[in-house]
Amino acid sequence: MRFSNRISVWVMILKTSLGERLVYRGDFALGTLMRFLPIITQIFLWYAVFDAIGQAEGSSQSQIGGFRFADMVAYYLLAMVARAFSSMPGLASGIAQQIRDGEIKRYLIQPVDFIAFLLLTRVAHKLAYYVIAVAPFALVFYLARDYFIDGWPSIPVLLGFCSSLVMGFLIGFFLEAAIGMIGFWFLEVTSLLFVMMLFSFFLSGHMFPLTMLPEGVLEVVNFLPFKYLAYFPAAIFLGKIPEDELAFELCIEAAWLAFFIVLCRFAYTRGIKRYSGFGG
Amino acid sequence: MTEFSRYWRVWLTFARNSLVRDMTFRMNFILQAVSSLGWTAMNVGFYLIIFQHTPSIGEGTGWDENRFFLFIATTWFINSIIQAFFMPNAQEFSELIRTGGLDFALLKPIDTQFLISFRKIDWSQLTNFLVGLAIAAVALHRLANDPVQPMVPSPLALILYGVFVICGVLIMYSLMITLSATSVWLGRNQSLYNFWFYITNFSRYPMEIYDRGWGKPLYSVFTFVIPILVVVNVPARILAMPLSPRADWEWGIALWTALVTVLSLLVSRWLFRTSLKSYRSASS
Repeated sequence: MRFSNRISVWVMILKTSLGERLVYRGDFALGTLMRFLPIITQIFLWYAVFDAIGQAEGSSQSQIGGFRFADMVAYYLLAMVARAFSSMPGLASGIAQQIRDGEIKRYLIQPVDFIAFLLLTRVAHKLAYYVIAVAPFALVFYLARDYFIDGWPSIPVLLGFCSSLVMGFLIGFFLEAAIGMIGFWFLEVTSLLFVMMLFSFFLSGHMFPLTMLPEGVLEVVNFLPFKYLAYFPAAIFLGKIPEDELAFELCIEAAWLAFFIVLCRFAYTRGIKRYSGFGG
Repeated sequence: MTEFSRYWRVWLTFARNSLVRDMTFRMNFILQAVSSLGWTAMNVGFYLIIFQHTPSIGEGTGWDENRFFLFIATTWFINSIIQAFFMPNAQEFSELIRTGGLDFALLKPIDTQFLISFRKIDWSQLTNFLVGLAIAAVALHRLANDPVQPMVPSPLALILYGVFVICGVLIMYSLMITLSATSVWLGRNQSLYNFWFYITNFSRYPMEIYDRGWGKPLYSVFTFVIPILVVVNVPARILAMPLSPRADWEWGIALWTALVTVLSLLVSRWLFRTSLKSYRSASS
């Protein structure tokens, strides 16, 4: 297939999924806004916690895991942005289901690569999501602007933040896709998926900044890729990763990304060899 | 009394049917139980980490680690009861509205609210009730053996605790029925569960934390208008701290909880019955 043809196929896939997504935009925007409600509880909870150990606001603020009270609130907001990039609802279970009910053989016949197709539909879904979610996100960040006490980070940090978001999206995608490929070997993957989801929820930093973990646990968690799904981008934005280490840390993230791309590809080629489809 | 025993027998049949259904798909039942356990473990982990960094939730509120875990246990009791007995029914209700299946519920010679509230029971959700018991047992044991200020709740406190846990469940149930009633008006309420989750999220922490700055309006609204703050707070407070001395506002809020339980049951029933009048069947 010529390259230009391939591009036009991709553009078509993008356009179709984008259209599909924009149908329910009102419901979507409202749902996104509601998703910020639990942050209100978090603000008051953390104020109470910081208040109990010292000062939550003022000159000599106490810190927990290197975060002041305002940082903590900013962290939760930024972690939500990171999750908006890295979360892939239904991806792994969708792949497993397509394997189980045989729909996957379509991609063996058609000149479309399965993984590329999935990636493009995800990109389209995410783009549609951002188009609509940008308004509620902007509103909430505007209302919460006082919690970002250090203001905007420097340009290099901002660039690092953006690239960590994009890589977070890709890591989220290839990690989930690789898990979905397990469906080639086991027919039922829901329980495995659930365990993974729990781990990624807890260890990605979605619930709390990872630096709050006890020393020994933190060391282990730092070696795992889950932190790129939520903690890492937020920590970059808040300047918790020193600027001179930033490039190095981003390289490690890129290495993880490469690993998951290879793993996903490998599992797919191996899985296809095992796969046998019957009937039409 | 015969009317009551009739409803009781119907409820027992519902309970048995649900149990039979759950036991037919045993693996699924176990997976559901395990998944709610996992969720609980994660939350407990989060609170344990918080208490690594602070002695209590809020300065001078008295919610130290053991007492806060009694609070968590109370949340778990109430939530697990709601999720086992009422949540599956509320989820089905909005489907009944959309598909017109409510016709069959309206035709049956039994109170419609009773029928749609109790038909299904998700027994696997009661695992969290057991987890709550375990957490409460550990916390109470630790409080009783506290070297500085040991505390054992009096029998009266335990009785009051039970009563107010039931009050909490009833308030939550009323809120759920109210939300269900709105799904009659809206035709379909897909985000019912989400809304429920976001609203009840406020009840999961001691109410004192909202009592400052722009939290005060939230505090008042969620105590007096949509009384979800009292649901867990009032029983947890009774169990976690000695019955006397208590400040006046604490007695006031306990009385208010008892009163608002009755009120919300009545209001939600009225709303539900009114909403049924605007139900238009969906099938021909």
